[in-house]
Amino acid sequence: MDIVIIGLLLGGTYALMAMGLQLQYGVARIMNLANGEILIAGAFSTFWFYAGTKASPLWALFLVAPASFVLNWAIYRVLIYPLVRRATSQGKLEVDSILATFGISFISVGILLTIFGGEYLDYSYLAQPIFIFGERYGLNRVVAFLAAVVLCGGLYLWLHKTRAGLALRAVSVNPSAAGLVSINVARTSALAFALGGAVTAMGGGLLSMFLTFDVSLGVVFTLKALVIVILGGVGDIRGTIVASFILGFAETAVATLIDPGLTLAAAYILFMLVLLIRPEGLFGRRTA
Amino acid sequence: MSDVAIPQAVRTRITAREWRNLLISAGLFIVAGLVPLIFGGYALQLSVSIVMYTALATSWLLFSGPTNYIALSTAAFFGIGMYTVAGGIDLVPYPLLVLAAGLVGAALAVVVGLATLRVSGVYFVIFSLGLAELVRQIMTWLQHVLGTMSGLYVTIDRSEPMYFWQLLLLTALVFLVGWWIGRSRLGFALRIIGNDEVVAVHCGINTARAKVILFVISSAFASIAGAIVAPRWGYVEPVVAFSPSVSFQVVIMALLGGTQRLWGPLLGVIPFVLLWELISIEFPDQTTLLLGVCFLLIVYVIPNGLTGLIEDIWHRRGKLSGSSPGALQRVLGASAGSVRNRLQRRKSHDV
Repeated sequence: MDIVIIGLLLGGTYALMAMGLQLQYGVARIMNLANGEILIAGAFSTFWFYAGTKASPLWALFLVAPASFVLNWAIYRVLIYPLVRRATSQGKLEVDSILATFGISFISVGILLTIFGGEYLDYSYLAQPIFIFGERYGLNRVVAFLAAVVLCGGLYLWLHKTRAGLALRAVSVNPSAAGLVSINVARTSALAFALGGAVTAMGGGLLSMFLTFDVSLGVVFTLKALVIVILGGVGDIRGTIVASFILGFAETAVATLIDPGLTLAAAYILFMLVLLIRPEGLFGRRTA
Repeated sequence: MSDVAIPQAVRTRITAREWRNLLISAGLFIVAGLVPLIFGGYALQLSVSIVMYTALATSWLLFSGPTNYIALSTAAFFGIGMYTVAGGIDLVPYPLLVLAAGLVGAALAVVVGLATLRVSGVYFVIFSLGLAELVRQIMTWLQHVLGTMSGLYVTIDRSEPMYFWQLLLLTALVFLVGWWIGRSRLGFALRIIGNDEVVAVHCGINTARAKVILFVISSAFASIAGAIVAPRWGYVEPVVAFSPSVSFQVVIMALLGGTQRLWGPLLGVIPFVLLWELISIEFPDQTTLLLGVCFLLIVYVIPNGLTGLIEDIWHRRGKLSGSSPGALQRVLGASAGSVRNRLQRRKSHDV
């Protein structure tokens, strides 16, 4: 029972982080390996905000999200878009964007190291117990989970009920066809990339409420988000949410039953299984 | 249909030109072998790392060069090679261990390759990125469960020139294998895959098998390199053995040199090892930041590496004088490329 609830709470927060990558990879078609560093930056900024103001870390999200939006929009326009224009094929773009976002990721780690140093950062917020089915859980986990649910729900509604959301989904299905129905693909991609960055940073802010962070963890979160996106199916929000919970359960089960040091191994076993059994993901469309 | 991807013995006879190149290369290797007799101390240490990274970057190129799949798994296989030696040093004679390291690396590469290389290239890149971390977690856990120390000692005595010669021999082997693959049917199949995988499939190439074979060869070499330098480190522990920076440095060196020629990585390794030595002395706190800058510079400034840059200049001169053979073809190729680019640019402006 423990595993189920903790896995559920963790999975909900993972969903938010993976949605960010889903927007960047599924819509803007950029495999952003600097995604984890954006998450860490969000977590650290939240920590900073809390240490400075003592106000609820949830308020920090209102600052973190727009800042990350602007930053990611700038990254897309200045660094990524020239690669999109230069690329002669999707494969070439993938190689280029992987290398470029790698560079961005290393530079971010370097900058974060100079600002915050290499120590582990955590803070104690709402660290009181809450009882669910007679078992005790950290209230901060529950609050983070609820916030993630609200944000994910909002994003889902926005994607499915608004014109801009429709444009995003159209580009995700087929960028060149989207261009034919007078969608500005370049601008929509930039929007999706920036929005993805904002969502990821908020995910980092929420995770920082109950996890301990240090700079080097960025890669691990990038990998987790990638595993979720691939497991759920590229370009499918429902899949991402389901896959987040699967990963949340798997990690919690491995951590409690075997060893907490093996969480990445759990994610990787899931990854291997997907690639072997259903490479297009749970909800993905099979391509020829 | 399936025999297309099977490497066969050399297809055609070795031409006079190839004999000449082989002889020149052999001569260069012998000259390189004289280095430990001339230099000592710090210069020799630097030379050892140059040879080690040449072996690693060239073996990386064997797979990633023709296929364009960026493999980030060098550190994982390098570490496995180290661990094979560290784990078996008290049981088995050292030369056998080096061989065993190659086999262990190859076995892991088969598993990883079969799982990831049958689908799109991006998944392979992601998987290889986390592979070192995955193996590290499992190793740490195993040592925890087995109740041994967090590290292992490798206590055999080897002198610095010995490492140099062993690594040089390995490098020579990598080059020889790379040259042989380049002229075999397998190499031809891989070049087609790298150009267009769909075309390759339609030619009847078993793309997955070709990719897996090459990945296995390339990874086994990385493991052997790890096995060779394990005694030099003396003490092997997970955090050091599986340090991901090895993978990134190898990729940067190979890309800096250029992936179109077998000797491309060599051009990248020498300046980068020296530059990195300077950076780690002058800016020890900023290495990650500067590694990122190197990545960006390569992608945006020299996308085809130094060999690409040199060949560009060469061709431009050839075109000006009009004497180089195939100049017309290149002009045609270039104009076709620019038309395609222009079309694409217009398309992306319109939408």
